[in-house]
Amino acid sequence: MTSLPPPSAKKLGLVIDLDTCVGCQACATSCKEWNAQGYSAPLNDSNPYGSEPTGVWLNRIHGFEVKEEGQAHSRIVNFPRSCLHCEEPACVTVCPTGASYKRAEDGIVLVNPETCIGCKLCSWACPYGAREYDQSDGVMKKCTLCVDRIYNENLDVEDRQPACVKACPTGARHFGDLGDASSNVSKLVAERGGYDLLPEMGYKPVNKYLPPRPRRDAHTAKAEALPKPDGSAFDRLFVWADKLLSSKRVVGRVSDIDNSGKLEG
Amino acid sequence: MHPAYSVILFTTASGAGYGLLALLGLVGFNHGQASSVAFALVCMFIALGLITIGLLSSTFHLGHPERAWRALSQWRSSWLSREGVAAVITYVPALAFGLVWSGLIDAPRLIAPLGVVTAVMAMVTVFTTGMIYASLKTIRAWNQMLTVPVYLVLGLATGSALLAGIASLFERFQVFQAVLTIALLLAALILKFAYWRMIDEAPRDHTMESATGLGSIGTVGQWEVPHTSENYVQKEMGYAVARKHAKTLRRFVLVLLALALLAMLASLALSYFAILAAALALAAAVVERWLFFAEAQHVVTLFYGAKSA
Ligand code: SF4
Ligand code: SF4
Ligand code: SF4
Repeated sequence: MTSLPPPSAKKLGLVIDLDTCVGCQACATSCKEWNAQGYSAPLNDSNPYGSEPTGVWLNRIHGFEVKEEGQAHSRIVNFPRSCLHCEEPACVTVCPTGASYKRAEDGIVLVNPETCIGCKLCSWACPYGAREYDQSDGVMKKCTLCVDRIYNENLDVEDRQPACVKACPTGARHFGDLGDASSNVSKLVAERGGYDLLPEMGYKPVNKYLPPRPRRDAHTAKAEALPKPDGSAFDRLFVWADKLLSSKRVVGRVSDIDNSGKLEG
Repeated sequence: MHPAYSVILFTTASGAGYGLLALLGLVGFNHGQASSVAFALVCMFIALGLITIGLLSSTFHLGHPERAWRALSQWRSSWLSREGVAAVITYVPALAFGLVWSGLIDAPRLIAPLGVVTAVMAMVTVFTTGMIYASLKTIRAWNQMLTVPVYLVLGLATGSALLAGIASLFERFQVFQAVLTIALLLAALILKFAYWRMIDEAPRDHTMESATGLGSIGTVGQWEVPHTSENYVQKEMGYAVARKHAKTLRRFVLVLLALALLAMLASLALSYFAILAAALALAAAVVERWLFFAEAQHVVTLFYGAKSA
């Protein structure tokens, strides 16, 4: 059924931290690796070693440049983009076959590859470009929220996380229940001001993005006042050590070393 | 949006077919049995032929044509499914109407009701086709009030020109047919002109800033694309015809429609001009449909460098 189920209490999704994402593509690569053999298999590529390789990926990492008012240099923000498992997903309601559906129990949006006719209408209805058509397979592919990992009892408990979340080296991707206000992801969203993409479209994405923290660099960071010495024994010890270590006698400058001499022997 | 030839062929061929079918239904409602079996059969054959070619071409563009029947199941939520259902249902009254209207089956009392039902179902089907596009919030140029009226009027105008053309071949051309076609072509011309003004003036209120949510920091620009060559999203949704070419093609559509109008006027003197008018109207519809796709910008382009959508 492509009519939407009543809103579920459980809203599984991702929270993506734009402050810490370094754009390394690890999540995209491990997403491709897991899904090319999991629920979405095959995840076809065409002309993979040619000059114009294309293929189906469920996660894409963009790079944006943000120019701040009054700043000489712009900021680079790495920006992962995958299905946001929207609460009001028109990608589901436009599907003529019922292949696209939103799960009543946890809100995950999936495509049934057995019934999809490959009409591509759902990809037109998605504002976020989250659906990619698999030309060789003739069906639509999308992020499954790694439904075949998160409930997979053959995996160790700590591995029941989406592949992209596990792979991220900076911990920029978080997985959890955004319907539960006390979950870690909900707390993170509340703390850091997590937001929706294109909120005016009314799709109500479940996934949230955490904004980059305010800029701190040589131009913007305030010089922090150094603590004044209070004359204690510890202070005197540090002052003595500081003098000793800054002195030439301990570590000479390169120019002090006599390198004019011949080699001995 | 990528202008897929199968979809352009489908919407223009079936649009003209349904337009013709609707008018035949009304002719039957008004006049009862057709004056010649051959004329009725040729008309019905062309109408249903165009519809069937269109439907088949739209099916072949699917990834899994053998599963096409599944598309009839989700009419509760999906306009594409509703279109499929309407298209299939329309065959029933249309075939029945063809049989009684042509006189192959002698049931004169059924002609009027079957004619009306056929005409209504034909228009309902074109309406559902238009709604597939008009209901997509992601494409500003389609999500407009005039999208559906343009589909309906162009279908009727091309169908009406076809009817006049076929009638001229069977020496059944009537002034009324020419007047109706002229009125419909004029309506198509005006509506299409208004549609273009509408999409040019519609606010482009989605921005790269709202797409990325980074607008609170500053102005956003694209720095690096996620992949080295175009992916499906860019090929399907990123297609854009250059503004300069779009302008030229818009004028071309208007000129073709105006020429069809003139040919229709000329048909009042020599009825065979109606055939030329039909050809010109169909050509206008094909170019119009190509532009309808090629000019439409999808909101996802914001992630790939478009400033607003
Ligand atoms: S991001 Fe796109 S594909 Fe995913 S649920 Fe939302 S509309 Fe559907
Ligand atoms: S491509 Fe498949 S999943 Fe998408 S709308 Fe068509 S049938 Fe449904
Ligand atoms: S949740 Fe799974 S399918 Fe979705 S982007 Fe992450 S790895 Fe890919």
